[in-house]
Amino acid sequence: MRKTVFKGTALPLLLLAPQLAITAIFFLWPAGAAIWQSLLQEDPWGMSSEFVGLRNFTEVLAQPEWRGAAYNTLIFSSAVAILAMGTALFLAVQADKSIRGANIYRTLLIWPYAVAPAVAAVLWLFLFHPSIGLVGRALNEAGIAWDYKLNGNQAMLLIIIAAAWKQVSYNFIFFLAGLQSIPRSVLEAAAIDGARPVRRFWTIILPLLSPTAFFLLVVNLVYAFFDTFGVIHALTGGGPGKATETLIYKVYVEGVQNVNLGSSSAQSVILMVLVIALTAVQFRFIERKVHY
Amino acid sequence: MASLDVSGLRKSFGPTHVLHGIDLAVEDGEMIVIVGASGCGKSTLLRIVAGLETATSGSIRIAGREVTALEPAERDIAMVFQNYALYPHMSVEQNMAYGLKIRGLPKAEITRRVAEAAGLLGIEALLGRRPRQLSGGQRQRVAMGRAIVREPKLFLFDEPLSNLDAKLRVQMRAEIRRLQRRLGVTSLFVTHDQTEAMTLGDRLVVMHAGHAAQIATPMEIWARPADTYVAGFIGSPAMNFLEGTLAEGGQAVALKAGPVLRFADGPRAGGEGMPLTVGIRPEHVELAEGGILLPLDLVEPLGSETVLHGRLPGGEALVVKLAGPAPDAPSLPVALPAAALHVFDGETGKRLDP
Amino acid sequence: MRRYWPHVWLLLGVLVFATPIYITLIGSTHDASTIGRGDVPLLPGSHAAENYASAWLRGGAGRFTVSPAWRMMLNSTIMALCIAVGKIVISLLSAYAVVFFSFPGRMIAFWTIFMTLMLPVEVRIIPTYQVIVSLDLFNSMAGLTIPLIASATATLLFRQFFLTIPEEYVEAAKMDGASPMRFFRDILLPLSVTNIAALFVILFIYGWNQYLWPLLVVNDRNLETIVVGMAKMIGNGDAQNEWNVIMAMAVLALLPPVAVVIFMQRWFLKGLTETEK
Repeated sequence: MRKTVFKGTALPLLLLAPQLAITAIFFLWPAGAAIWQSLLQEDPWGMSSEFVGLRNFTEVLAQPEWRGAAYNTLIFSSAVAILAMGTALFLAVQADKSIRGANIYRTLLIWPYAVAPAVAAVLWLFLFHPSIGLVGRALNEAGIAWDYKLNGNQAMLLIIIAAAWKQVSYNFIFFLAGLQSIPRSVLEAAAIDGARPVRRFWTIILPLLSPTAFFLLVVNLVYAFFDTFGVIHALTGGGPGKATETLIYKVYVEGVQNVNLGSSSAQSVILMVLVIALTAVQFRFIERKVHY
Repeated sequence: MASLDVSGLRKSFGPTHVLHGIDLAVEDGEMIVIVGASGCGKSTLLRIVAGLETATSGSIRIAGREVTALEPAERDIAMVFQNYALYPHMSVEQNMAYGLKIRGLPKAEITRRVAEAAGLLGIEALLGRRPRQLSGGQRQRVAMGRAIVREPKLFLFDEPLSNLDAKLRVQMRAEIRRLQRRLGVTSLFVTHDQTEAMTLGDRLVVMHAGHAAQIATPMEIWARPADTYVAGFIGSPAMNFLEGTLAEGGQAVALKAGPVLRFADGPRAGGEGMPLTVGIRPEHVELAEGGILLPLDLVEPLGSETVLHGRLPGGEALVVKLAGPAPDAPSLPVALPAAALHVFDGETGKRLDP
Repeated sequence: MRRYWPHVWLLLGVLVFATPIYITLIGSTHDASTIGRGDVPLLPGSHAAENYASAWLRGGAGRFTVSPAWRMMLNSTIMALCIAVGKIVISLLSAYAVVFFSFPGRMIAFWTIFMTLMLPVEVRIIPTYQVIVSLDLFNSMAGLTIPLIASATATLLFRQFFLTIPEEYVEAAKMDGASPMRFFRDILLPLSVTNIAALFVILFIYGWNQYLWPLLVVNDRNLETIVVGMAKMIGNGDAQNEWNVIMAMAVLALLPPVAVVIFMQRWFLKGLTETEK
């Protein structure tokens, strides 16, 4: 809050009007509708609906398909986060070592951020397609039966790679910035204390980098939960079977293809709770960082 | 050019009272310096006069016109800010012209006024530059120029010299004083620096805890401070304060440190034994054979003068300023000349005159 | 040797990162049968012109018909610009209102905007879709862009920046007699230029790469965007697809945002690190 402000009530409200109108119409109303519909059950012809309380939720949570999607989401998200963050950290540490080259490598590594998830999926498909892909064919020739359209684990692996590939750039930028902000004098002091490079990394660099890493973990999880819809939709369509169906993909399938509004809404509400929890964690963390 | 009348000005933020009723009459063309430690309410007073904050009660009149409820822009005033507040994306010329442009002055008039002010300040060569291409002193001049072109009734200065280095500050101080005299614009100048206050002001307002502790000319404040706060605030090194009680039927003070000093200017009212605080400026303490022996714990030679720190027998600290070098001795005999004593009520701290 | 290892690893990283793009670029210069046979070449072929011409002028043919690339790229550009400019404009205005005014409901307004952070479009797909239908915005550029324009992130960024603007500028402007909107136009906007540029880069990419929302609210071929259109051409990923044209289409789909990142790198980095604070 500033000390000096302008007077008036009508003008600021007018300035806020567009943002608030869009927020109300396209955010609050649908969110409210989702919560309301999650408490209703529509008959199959969509003619009438009755209030069923939390039944949609209990049904969704008991559904083996939903549990399967939750399991897929868990595997997918943690794999994407670990792969994208690990690779990025490794490369950032290497780039940080070469003072002059760091910016050039950054330029060469950041562009995948700009590639749409769906496009990223297609790029990797060109490599891993069982009959036209360079790697896919090589695997088959080497005696490994590679076909992501038939093998669920292979499909999962492929979407993990495509999703992580895109996210490495982002993590790399933040890890490199974090590394570059560690004062050289701290590392020099550790060196004089007799810590060798590997030890310096584990005892000095990594602890100082942990706020960045934690922040990135939350961002990566949110990315894997939501932004990767395009990867899955373009590459596997949730298949084979339901091997790559994540929670967000299931909301889409339930709502758009099966038009089961009650169940889809209940799933949306569960996801909302998840996002709110993640955002809360992130903000608590930011608060802590301020006092760090 | 105009007079400024502040009467009964109060300001509180919720339960905190920042100003406790300020009355101040500034005459046409006068330069008034508001001085005080941080948190004394001096900036708040200035900002209320500027219209940047609203008073809780009281009124402000500029040239006889009631302006208490007006916006800053309607008060016909100009202000020089501590950080100059030059718009970083505008050239010096645009910065100076901005207020005039908003007022809708004709272009020719704006150009004329900016050129005139720039000439006055010696910044003609800088008109095309951006603020960040200027040195501290140049920025200061531009900030002044921005105020001058407005040809306001009242100039307000909010610690405008505090961001300059010591040498430049002295130079700009003199420049501001000359300029203000020449333009004859009524001015309010806020500072925490007592030297700045003494050298700049026709009169000073010494603020303390939301009150105007004293409003008077610099010399009067120095010679006859209204209370112990003002006495201690103005003058460097600060005035010495010694405890004592009224003695000999009001004719003298019996110091806690021992000696009894007769007042040079006449008796003070009050009962025998009434607590007093006696003030004496370090430069008024004299070396005298047979005086009180002052053991020294620090000697500061400053070239043209020497500052001695010691403790009186009762344990009270005493600072002495001598012209020239001090005799080399672990302790020196000092005398407190009666004519140089300032007598204050020991409880309220108010000045007691005969 | 030790000091070369970082470069070895980094070059390897750059190589791995570039491989999918390289293969796609190469693929887009060969004819369909070369790719379909699976003889993936590693050097450019001679069919670049015709592949890009088909993508640009004809689009997807056969089972997975999509609009020509020129139209889809035009749609994507309009969508990305509407989203980026729209978000910036309404966020600037609302951040200005929240920071520089004191009025009843200020905190409620702020928290309402803040809440949108927790409601990404993906979690409220169906109900938002229903709202679009009931407002008769289905199959329209307005329906495609307006719901994505509200932005807590951009509002927070501008709020953060506005809070760093020295108190004195506002006071000096008041002294100069500037009205609130004049202050906004003459002082605040010029000072925000770098922030706006940085945010624009990030938001343009965000807008261009939208997938789920266009998939949902548009089925008119004249409004198809290139990211969705290109993915549509894959279908089930059959080997018989027109892979050469798909690859050309993929290159066209990723070119504008990648170019923006590379050529506006300074602003991109600024935008990225500041929106996430």
